Amino acid sequence: MSLTEQQYAPGEHPDLPAPLGEAGLIAWFKKRLFSSIGNTILTIITLYFLYDVLSTVIFWTLTGATFVGETKADCTLGGACWLVIGDRFHQFMYGLYPKTEYWRPNLTFVLMILAIIPVLFDKIPHRGKFLLFSTLFPFIAFFLLSGGLGMETVDSSDWGGLLLTLVLGVTGIVASFPIGIVLALGRRSNMPIVRTLCVCFIEFVRGVPLITILFMASNMLPLFLPEGVNFDKLLRALIGVALFSSAYMAEVIRGGLQAIPKGQFEGADAMGLSYWQSMRLIILPQALRIVIPGIVNTFIGLYKDTTLVSIIGLFDLIGIGQVAVADVKWRGLAPETYVFIALLFFISCFSMSRYSLWLENKLHTGHKR
Amino acid sequence: MSNANTNTSKKTDEVAIQLNGVHKWYGQFHVLKDINLTVQRGERIVICGPSGSGKSTLIRCINRLEEHQQGDIIVDNIELTGNLKHIDAIRREVGMCFQHFNLFPHLTVLENCTLAPIWVRKMPKKEAEEIAMHYLERVKIPDQALKFPGQLSGGQQQRVAIARSLCMNPRIMLFDEPTSALDPEMIAEVLDTMIELAHTGMTMICVTHEMGFARKVADRVIFMDGGEIIEENVPEEFFNNPQSDRTQKFLSQILAH
Ligand SMILES: Nc1ncnc2c1ncn2[C@@H]1O[C@H](COP(=O)(O)OP(=O)(O)OP(=O)(O)O)[C@@H](O)[C@H]1O
Ligand SMILES: [Mg+2]
Repeated sequence: MSLTEQQYAPGEHPDLPAPLGEAGLIAWFKKRLFSSIGNTILTIITLYFLYDVLSTVIFWTLTGATFVGETKADCTLGGACWLVIGDRFHQFMYGLYPKTEYWRPNLTFVLMILAIIPVLFDKIPHRGKFLLFSTLFPFIAFFLLSGGLGMETVDSSDWGGLLLTLVLGVTGIVASFPIGIVLALGRRSNMPIVRTLCVCFIEFVRGVPLITILFMASNMLPLFLPEGVNFDKLLRALIGVALFSSAYMAEVIRGGLQAIPKGQFEGADAMGLSYWQSMRLIILPQALRIVIPGIVNTFIGLYKDTTLVSIIGLFDLIGIGQVAVADVKWRGLAPETYVFIALLFFISCFSMSRYSLWLENKLHTGHKR
Repeated sequence: MSNANTNTSKKTDEVAIQLNGVHKWYGQFHVLKDINLTVQRGERIVICGPSGSGKSTLIRCINRLEEHQQGDIIVDNIELTGNLKHIDAIRREVGMCFQHFNLFPHLTVLENCTLAPIWVRKMPKKEAEEIAMHYLERVKIPDQALKFPGQLSGGQQQRVAIARSLCMNPRIMLFDEPTSALDPEMIAEVLDTMIELAHTGMTMICVTHEMGFARKVADRVIFMDGGEIIEENVPEEFFNNPQSDRTQKFLSQILAH
């Protein structure tokens, strides 16, 4: 503050511009990184480590890596040998899906993007019609992927790789969200039977590991079913994954419901809205908004947990990766394989978390409470 | 007894609300004790009394936000029982304004007002919006229609809440301390709105400590203490000539400042 600050008569003080931040890149560096001798030393040490790590990473993944060649013997540069990914790329994407039919998963993928857009973004024109397509999409996808009606049928045991991971992840997410909402509402219901059922389901599912649920679904369920009824292994895994994550989802959503003040319920009641109307129009929109971070957290967890299906003999990305690693031709290339898989997972999960941030910001504007 | 109010009461002989021997308990706690009250259509009632005397509980029983355990409550010729159809029917006809407004923060002012007409009365959106704008004009905030409740002052929010109730075209309005969360300047604007509403002949029950309001518009003032109706009278008599000691004490306390 300057000592020569001008004095104004009471009530006469004009609006002054806000003080300038310490501008300039150099000033910023000076202030944040080199403000004292100790700080400068720390900065230099950190920079050295960063350089060390980054140069190794860049060497391994890019400069020292081999991208063209035929066999492992071509990888002589000392870095990663990405040839294994190229060689088995189709398997990573489609598993054992027949080569001639690759257009079907591809088309399904494009349609999936088209179906997701109207769900994620509410500002697009004719959203209603697009949403209709989104609701039909699961059926279209099922038909496209499994075939029938003149198209070659592809058994779900041949689906694999990213295709299978996406099928599991997307179905799990799409199914667990509404089931989670219903369970959360049920757990807060006044009806004792409904409440007890929901509590039992949630607590049971949360109390056991996903692996055991998958094992039960794949090995024990058939024992209870009548002879001849044998439904698809993938379907069983899907049900297991969806039920598992819906229990977690229910608890996340219940947290949001708990946070809504009683006055909101009373306001809705006093206006004569029915239970379902007040939930749908008043309570859930607010409750879900509060727990977006938790919901996305559960989605991401679910998406990554789908890798456990490799244990019951489904060839998702991890399953395919294990096959690739076991191949004599590419022996010892586990790091490359798993880094590639990690990258694919990271892209999906990171997009989800960015979307959730964007959504939170969007829903925040103007709604202070 | 002559009604000393300057404005003529539109009260009729039709009964709007009737409570016969109503009791209510919260667990072991006896909140409402043998409440008997008849409200004529068009009548304006003010309920006052010390904190914890059961005023809120009483008016919340009228639209079943609270359940009474004994006695009858008949609103608009419909008896309040566990029957959900009856409860819905009554809630459609009874509007309520709360101390803390209870506006829906995720909806704009206009959407707050059109929600119930659209979903409960099945009104077309266009028509609901016209009606909403009409009532927003009446409470003098049509220019705020597209804002969110969180962007309004307390007085404006309460007026939105009143407009929101009016959009359902209720036959009865309940107010639970609508001004007690507001600053003095805002109290005036909300009271003006309520006085105007009273002039239209709406049946109103207001829990409030605004004695000026009671004098101006009430047909009857009811004093509650300890879950009982201690005294009820026309405002003139109630203020100038309170019958019971407890009423006198209460009045001397709130009129002291
Ligand atoms: N949900 C509840 N459970 C138990 N006791 C309650 C509950 N709600 C209110 N009470 C009690 O019932 C009594 C009456 O409450 P009520 O809210 O009707 O009082 P009030 O007259 O409106 O008071 P105020 O002027 O402070 O709003 C109080 O003693 C209160 O402690
Ligand atoms: Mg109260």
